[in-house]
Amino acid sequence: MKTLFELFQSLGLAERMLAYVLIAPFIGGVLAGIDRKLTARLQGRFGPPILQPFFDVFKLFQKERIVVNKFQNFNIILFFVFTVFSGALFFCGADILLMIFGLATAGTFFVLAGYSVSSPYSHLGAEREIIQMVSYEPMVILVAVGMYMVTGSFKVADIAMYQKPLILALPGVFAGFLYILTIKFRKSPFDLSISHHAHQEIVRGLTTEFSGPALALIEISHWYENVLLLGIVYLFFAFNPWLGIVLTIAAYLFEIFIDNNYSRFKWQLTFLSSWLFTAVAGVSNIIVLHLIK
Amino acid sequence: MNALIFLIVFPLCIALLAAVLPAALSTLRRIIGVIANIVLCVVPIYLLVTYLDKGPAYFQIESHLINIFMLVIEVFIAGFIVYISIRAKRYLPVLLVAVQSVIMLTFEFTSGSGMRVEHSLFVDKFSIIMALIVGIIGSAICLYAIGYIPEYHEHHKEVKDRRRYFAFLMYLFLSAMFGIIFSNNLMWVFFFWEITTICSALLIGYRNDQQSIESSFRALNMNLLGGLAFAAGIVYLYSSARIMELDKLLQVDKSLVLLPAVCIAFAGLVKSAQFPFCSWLTGAMVAPTPVSALLHSSTMVKAGVYIILRVAPALQNTVAAKMLMLVGGVTFLVTALIAISQSNAKKVLAYSTISNLGLIVACAGVNTDAAVWSALLLIIFHAVAKSLLFLCVGIIEYRLGSRDIEDMDYLIMRLPKLTAVMMIGMAGMFLAPFGMIISKFVTLKAFIDSNPGMAILLAYGSAATVFFWTKWMGKIMSIKYGEAQIVEHPVSRWEQFTLAILAIATVVVCLGFPFISSRIIDPYLKDVFGKSPVVDTFNILVIYVIMIGILIILPLGLMYYAYVNKNYRRVGTYLGGANVDNVSFEGPMDHKQTADLKNYYLTKYFGEDILCNVGVLVSLTLIFIMFGVAAL
Repeated sequence: MKTLFELFQSLGLAERMLAYVLIAPFIGGVLAGIDRKLTARLQGRFGPPILQPFFDVFKLFQKERIVVNKFQNFNIILFFVFTVFSGALFFCGADILLMIFGLATAGTFFVLAGYSVSSPYSHLGAEREIIQMVSYEPMVILVAVGMYMVTGSFKVADIAMYQKPLILALPGVFAGFLYILTIKFRKSPFDLSISHHAHQEIVRGLTTEFSGPALALIEISHWYENVLLLGIVYLFFAFNPWLGIVLTIAAYLFEIFIDNNYSRFKWQLTFLSSWLFTAVAGVSNIIVLHLIK
Repeated sequence: MNALIFLIVFPLCIALLAAVLPAALSTLRRIIGVIANIVLCVVPIYLLVTYLDKGPAYFQIESHLINIFMLVIEVFIAGFIVYISIRAKRYLPVLLVAVQSVIMLTFEFTSGSGMRVEHSLFVDKFSIIMALIVGIIGSAICLYAIGYIPEYHEHHKEVKDRRRYFAFLMYLFLSAMFGIIFSNNLMWVFFFWEITTICSALLIGYRNDQQSIESSFRALNMNLLGGLAFAAGIVYLYSSARIMELDKLLQVDKSLVLLPAVCIAFAGLVKSAQFPFCSWLTGAMVAPTPVSALLHSSTMVKAGVYIILRVAPALQNTVAAKMLMLVGGVTFLVTALIAISQSNAKKVLAYSTISNLGLIVACAGVNTDAAVWSALLLIIFHAVAKSLLFLCVGIIEYRLGSRDIEDMDYLIMRLPKLTAVMMIGMAGMFLAPFGMIISKFVTLKAFIDSNPGMAILLAYGSAATVFFWTKWMGKIMSIKYGEAQIVEHPVSRWEQFTLAILAIATVVVCLGFPFISSRIIDPYLKDVFGKSPVVDTFNILVIYVIMIGILIILPLGLMYYAYVNKNYRRVGTYLGGANVDNVSFEGPMDHKQTADLKNYYLTKYFGEDILCNVGVLVSLTLIFIMFGVAAL
C-alpha cells in the first residue's frame, strides 16, 4: 500500500491524469457492483455478481442507437469529457476550484441533454437535476473554501500532503459534504432526477430518451464522478493514508445504507434541507475558522 | 490629450447633427452614423496603443471658463427637469433638482473663482478599458439601433416617431460617458454624471405611455438623489480638504475625504442600481431594446461601478468599505435568487446585470489587488456578453411576439443563427471556463483572503446563477420531433452585423483575457496597489485547454452529428401513450392528451415581492451605517 502510494506520488502530471482515466472506471464499476450486491442483501435478495455493472455497460454498447433528435447525444459526450477532465485535474493535484467549476459545467451539459430532447419526462428530470445542482453547489464550494482556510492552498496536491488531520478543523464542512454527497451519488432520498431503484419511479427521469451507447456513457461518467467524489472524502483524512482509505470506503458504505433506508424526498425538502444543512454545518464551520485564525 | 477631448466632443457633434438633420435624409443619416461609429471604435483603440506602455497621464486645461459654461448648461438642465416634472405633475424631482442647484450655485459663487484645479483631464489603463467598452459596445448598439428603430415603429404604431430625438440622446449619452471616465476634475465628473441621469430618464420614457413615464420618473428620482449626494460630497470635500480632483482625493489624509468618498460611492450605488435602488433598472425595460442594452452594458450602470472603484481606495480599511462590500454582496445574492423566479427575458437579464454589478461593488469594497483585478474583468466580460444578450432578446421579441422565456420553446429550430449567438452570450455569462467564471474564480479567492463571509454569499449566489441560466438555455435549445417554422429571414442586416461583431468580441475577450490581464489590468494595479495578483500559470493553461477544446470540439461535433453520423434510428419521444405528434398522444379511453413543457420558477421561495423587500431593508440599514461611520 505504502509503495503504491509512493508510486503515485512519483508520477508526473500527465501520468497521474492518465492513471485516473485508465483506472477510475474499474474502481467505479466495482464499487457500483458492491453497491448492488449490498443493496440486494439488505433487501433480502441474492443480488447480481460484483462485475455485473461492466456486463451491463458492454451490453448497452451493442444496442441499437435510438434517438429522438440527432444532436441529443452530443451533450452526453460533453458531459462525459468534462467529468473525466475534472477528475483528471483532481488526481493530478491541480486547483480544487478549477475541478469544481469543471464538474459544474459537466453537470450543466447533463441537464442540457435532458432539455434538448423535449420529452416531458426528461424535461422534468432536467428541472429536478438543476434543483439538485443548486442544492449541492454551495456546499461543494464551501469544501474548497474550508480546505483553503486550513491548508492555505487550493492545490489538491498540497491539501493531500497536509500533515495534520483536516477533519478535526473541518468537521462541519465534512458533515455538510456527506449530506450533499448523497445527492451527488444519486442516492435516495435525493435521487429525484434519475433513480437506480426500480421502485422509485415508473418512467426514468432525465435519461428517459437516452439508450444504448449514450446510456452506457452516462453510467461510465457516473463511475468516474464517484471515484472523484470519494477522492474529496479522502482529502479530509489524508494525514494518514490507511485511515483515509478505510474511512472513504466507510463513507461509501454509509451512503448505501442511507440509500436503502429512505424513500425519495420531494424537491422542496431536498432543496431547503440541503441549503439549511449547508448553512448550519458548513457556514458555521467556516466562520469559526475565520474567528480563531 | 486631444484624443480625450475628441472623444468627448465628437459624439456630442454627432448628437447635434442627428438632431438637426431631417429624418427624411435617412441614407445620409445612416452614412454619418456608420462613420461616427467606426471613429468611436478606432479612437479608443488608438488610445490603448498609445498608452499601452505608459503610466497614467494628467492634463491641464484652463478650466474656469469651462466651469462657467458647464454651470450654465447645468442650470438649463435643471430648468428642463423642472419643466418636464411640473408638466407631468411630479414634484419630487423639482425638489431634488432645486436643492442640488442651490448647492452647486452657492458653491460656484462662493468658492468657484478661487478654486484652482491642476489637472482636469486624465487617462490611465482603467479609463482606457472603459473607453473601449463605451466606444466599441456603445457604437455597436447605435449601429443596431439603425436597423431596430424603424422596426420598432412598425410594431408600435401608437408611439410617436421621434428617431432624431432618440439618436440625439444616444450619442449625447456616449459623450457624457467619455466625459465621466476621462475627467479628473470632480466638478466635471458631476456635470457629465447629471447628463447621463437626464439622458437615461428621457430614453426610458421614449414610448411616452403611462408605464414608461412612470419608469422614467423613477429612474430620474433615484438618480437625482444620487446626484444630490454627489454634489454634497464634492462641496464638503472642497471645504474640508481644499481639493477638487479625483487623484488628490486618494492622496490626502483619509479622515478628511471619508465622507465625500462615501457620498460619491452612494451616487455610484444608485447609478449601478444596487439595492435599495434596483427598481429603476428593472423598470427601464419598457424602453426600446437598444436603450436597455446601452444602460445595462456600456453606460449608466458601468459609470456607477466605475466611480465606486475609483473612490474605493479612500475607504480602505474602514467600516464604510465593509458596508459597501456587504451592500454589493447582498445585492449579488438576492437579485440572483430573484432572477430564478422571473420568466420575462428582459427582467431575467436585468436582475442578472444587477447581480453582477453587486459582485463588482463587493470587489470594490474588498479593494485588494486581486479583488479589483476580478472587478475589472467582470466589467469587461459582462459588458460584452450582456449587450449581446439584450440585442438578441430584442430581435426575438418581434419574431415571436413575446419576450417571455416560456414562449421560446424550440428556438434553435425557429431562429437557428440567433440562438447560436445567444448561446455564446449565455456561455460567456455562466458556463465555465468562459468569461464570467474566470473572474468569479479569482473573486472567490480574493474574498476568502479578506472576508470568508463574502465567500459564503458567493457560493450561494453562484448556485442561483447557474439555475436561471441553465433552465433558460435548456429551453431555447430543445429540439422537437418534426418540423418547426423558421422565422429568421426578416432580421435586418444592421442587427445581424452588430450581433456578429458582439459574438466575435465575446469569444475574443474570453480568449484574450491573459493579454488583457497582463498588459492592461496588471500595470493599472501596480500603479494603485504596488502589486498585481499572481494568477497560477497552470490554471490559465488548463482554462485555455478547455476553451480551445470546446471551440474545436463544438463545431466539429455538431457537424459530425448533422452530416456524418447516420447510424441511428429516430423515434418520437415517450409520452406515456401512442404518440399523435411530438407533444400530444392518445391517452386512456381514446382521449387525446397534450404535454406542455414549462420551467420551474419557484415563485413561492424566490418571488420578487418577498425578496425585494428583504434586499431593500438590509441594504438600507447597511447604507445608513456606511454614512454613520463616515460622518462621525
